[in-house]
Amino acid sequence: MAHQIIATSRSASGIPTGRLAVWWVVGSEIVIFGGLIAAYLLNRFLHGSWAQSAGHTSTLIGGINTFWLLTSSFFVVLAHAASEKRDIRTTRKFLWLTILLGGFFMLFKTYEYAVKIEGGYTLFTSNFWSFYYTATGLHGFHVLCGMVIMAIIAERDIKQGKNWHRVENIGIYWHFVDIVWIFLFPLLYIAK
Amino acid sequence: MAEVATQTAHQDGHHDHEEPSFWSKYVFSTDHKIIGFQYLFTGLAMAIIGGFFSYVFRMQLAFPGSSVPFYGVVSPAAYNMLITNHGTIMIFWVAMPVLIAALGNFLIPLMIGCDDMVFPKLNRLSYQIFLLSTIVLIASFFVPQGGFGGAWTSYTPLSAKAEYNGTPFGAPLWLLAVTLEIVAFLIGGINFITTTMNARAKGMKLYDIPMVVWMIVIASILFMASVGPLVAGAVMLFFDQVLGTSFFDPAAGGDPVLWQHLFWFFGHPEVYVVLLPAMGVVAEIMCTFARKKLFGYKMILYSSVGLGILSFFVWAHHQFISGVDPRAAYLFTTTTLLISIPVAIMLFAFIATLWGGSIKFNTPMLFAMAFLGEFLIGGVTGIWLGSSGVDVYLHDTYFVLAHFHYTFVPIAVIAVFAAIYYWFPKMFGRMMNDTWGKIHFWGTIIPFNGIFLPLFVLGASGQHRRIYNFQNFPDLASENFQDLRIFATGSLIVLILFQIPFFVNFIVSLKRGEKASRNPWKSNTLEWVAPSPPPHGNFGDELPVVYRGPYEYSVEDREEDYWPQNQPPQAAARS
Amino acid sequence: MLEKLVPRGSTYAADIDLLFDVITYLVGFWFILVFGFFLYCLFRFRRKAGVKAQYITGETHKQKMAIEVPHYLILGCDVVILIMTFFVWHKVKIDMPTPDEEVRIVAQQWAWSFYHAGQDGILGTEDDIATVNELHIKAGTQYKFHLEATDVMHSFSVPIFRLKQDAIPGRIIYGHFNALDTVIGEWDIQCAEMCGYMHGGMGARLFVETPEQHAEWIAANTPDHLKTASIAATTTQESKEDAKNG
Repeated sequence: MAHQIIATSRSASGIPTGRLAVWWVVGSEIVIFGGLIAAYLLNRFLHGSWAQSAGHTSTLIGGINTFWLLTSSFFVVLAHAASEKRDIRTTRKFLWLTILLGGFFMLFKTYEYAVKIEGGYTLFTSNFWSFYYTATGLHGFHVLCGMVIMAIIAERDIKQGKNWHRVENIGIYWHFVDIVWIFLFPLLYIAK
Repeated sequence: MAEVATQTAHQDGHHDHEEPSFWSKYVFSTDHKIIGFQYLFTGLAMAIIGGFFSYVFRMQLAFPGSSVPFYGVVSPAAYNMLITNHGTIMIFWVAMPVLIAALGNFLIPLMIGCDDMVFPKLNRLSYQIFLLSTIVLIASFFVPQGGFGGAWTSYTPLSAKAEYNGTPFGAPLWLLAVTLEIVAFLIGGINFITTTMNARAKGMKLYDIPMVVWMIVIASILFMASVGPLVAGAVMLFFDQVLGTSFFDPAAGGDPVLWQHLFWFFGHPEVYVVLLPAMGVVAEIMCTFARKKLFGYKMILYSSVGLGILSFFVWAHHQFISGVDPRAAYLFTTTTLLISIPVAIMLFAFIATLWGGSIKFNTPMLFAMAFLGEFLIGGVTGIWLGSSGVDVYLHDTYFVLAHFHYTFVPIAVIAVFAAIYYWFPKMFGRMMNDTWGKIHFWGTIIPFNGIFLPLFVLGASGQHRRIYNFQNFPDLASENFQDLRIFATGSLIVLILFQIPFFVNFIVSLKRGEKASRNPWKSNTLEWVAPSPPPHGNFGDELPVVYRGPYEYSVEDREEDYWPQNQPPQAAARS
Repeated sequence: MLEKLVPRGSTYAADIDLLFDVITYLVGFWFILVFGFFLYCLFRFRRKAGVKAQYITGETHKQKMAIEVPHYLILGCDVVILIMTFFVWHKVKIDMPTPDEEVRIVAQQWAWSFYHAGQDGILGTEDDIATVNELHIKAGTQYKFHLEATDVMHSFSVPIFRLKQDAIPGRIIYGHFNALDTVIGEWDIQCAEMCGYMHGGMGARLFVETPEQHAEWIAANTPDHLKTASIAATTTQESKEDAKNG
């Protein structure tokens, strides 16, 4: 409460506490997405009709979204590099660019959903589409969370020149979200 | 109850700075000890609910159709709801919060010589989510058409569609509660792991960490690594229940067996998630009361890691007869029998620790020893079930039920009592009454065996689980069998009555118990260095420094038979 | 040991019982040994005035071996159990003997439907006999069953056969049993998988019959216009014999 807690400042393992925690968060998220992807693969192999359904996903939009995410990952690396130099202006610039690209991703995702639902492929059309919406939806939710956290870091911490390590931590998380997409994209969009 | 208890516990302690309000001190506190107490009292309150449920359905089984005192007539739907939520509560709302969250929160910072968790606010968030999950679960009992009754395993498609389970509100709420609980423990677990990795006292190397801390950390990692697929499955099941998707509905191309895999991939490691902290508790108590060094610290540690890894490869032994490819049973029988080896190594090493000791049978030690004895029964009976050939017959009978109660009751009841009696002086600054503790001990252990030994016989006679009235099955309706059921129920009532001395002892000791010194059991680990009860910040201004391992008892050439971890080596030369 | 509680009713029941007994003896031996040693330690090393505990680390080679060696022996016992388990499992669940008769079992919330092959011994023909919650089988005959579920998971459990098999909606699962003629009579069938509201009442009765009784039951349940001459003849002959014996 009143006094600063010593626990937070200790680092017996040599890894900063915040980074360590983010790695554990990523670890637990990997098994969550792992379970979902394993369930998808199991069904995909069992049901031949799924490949047919996958033919109706839009590889173009998926590809553009892959481009947004990969570029945003590049920006978050630049933000990290700038944060190492304690450069408030550049760090904030690249953080906001990352958020912007995340926003593009979400925008295209929304458009994609709208087109699909318009075309009659809803959550209930078949189990493939249930998986499609659940997996991409869960991933989109993670993108959204990342964007919000990044905005908070840019505006509350970096603006005042404190908690610089958080840029690296959110970067780790952002890369993870990116990698999940790298798995989802070929499974849902490319493999027809 | 929680407020009263913690209030008395902390009436002395905060003199240095201004007195915070009641709310910020006990409800929204970020102090790891307060959060530990919140988990402890929530867990104990849930244990009372879970225990009451078991009383109601055991009464129904002993006297089918008659009105149960304090409840009324048990309908089949009510019976299903009671057994489902008894299992759910005892595992997710008693064993996990008390053994991992309460003990982890209270003990980890104290035992590694630190002033708090590394993420105190995250810790508070974890409890708040857990509390929310508790409220959702309890609410699910009272919604129209009643609480969920599809067994704690909630196999699909029964759990997926309201037309099958008949609980359109109870089932989704149950699932939501379990998922929230899992999220709370993921957050809490990250905190435990990070704290232990980073916030250890100066000088505390990996092999100087007390066993119970290791066990809670390994359990947290195990939980984190196994629960992910279930979270994904829970999202899918929730969509099935609420939105009407058909992930698990075979009629629309879904796969109902998928849920079983997702569930048991978590469900079996979960057994070890709660077992390991209980073993850790027993290790601490045993070494203190036998004045012995833990036999083979590294061997126990490596065995528990091996156990954790192996536990990911045994899940399908719950599914031998569930319609998966029968050839898979060859693999899973093998891994299941192999997993007996690390468990046996740990138990053997624990028993070997007693050799050459000087054992004093205080209440905590009695409970710790009862844990070893009863868990041994639970462990060996698993061999019959792990063998797929016998499991064809015993699967889903009362033999299984008795087997896992012989593992879970030692874990969630006996080890928890051992821990409460042992750390009570540190938690609340007063001693519990030892005589009443011993009465409570014998009144718990003897009826416990009285409940579950007859159930082995009933199970071997082909009596299946989750059946509200065995009179419906002529082969099971015989009077001899009914006598066994009545005996088990009678034992349960005796057991429940003998918990009254515990609660009275607990509450009276909070107020009037003998004042505890810093180190009443003459133990080595760091929590006994702090005042009893420890103030906010635990150790005051100077945090302890560690010089040796946690179990240096009865070291030769030393006058005292213990050697606290923080005592500088010079002090040894003096004595 | 199991046969004292539930009679052995199928050709593989004795194998399962034997495996149960072997495990009981092996596990029982280790349990008594370890539990006895445990109690001995508790008694022998109770606190006595003036006696200090020993300092044993458990880290020396000799001490480690004291733990390790018993585990090689336990591993040996595990292997014995494993090998026996493999044989039993193969016989009960993998092997599929050539059936003499087939029967279709359909589980639904909360009843069992049984489709007997009828007088022609072939499933899916017009003379099939459908019953609810009553399974009639002939002792000493190799049966193959087709297990189905229409709504949720159920489990077909016959304690006297030592048989249990889950039924999964959307799939047909095959299995087999062969009843011994020592269990002629009426027995329980239970549902062993939680299946909702009336799971606790989802029982059926198994009628193990002699070939004569079974033929009689078939005749009694086959509509007259489907009765073939031979069956009609045997049944009349049998009833005559019964009358003579009676």
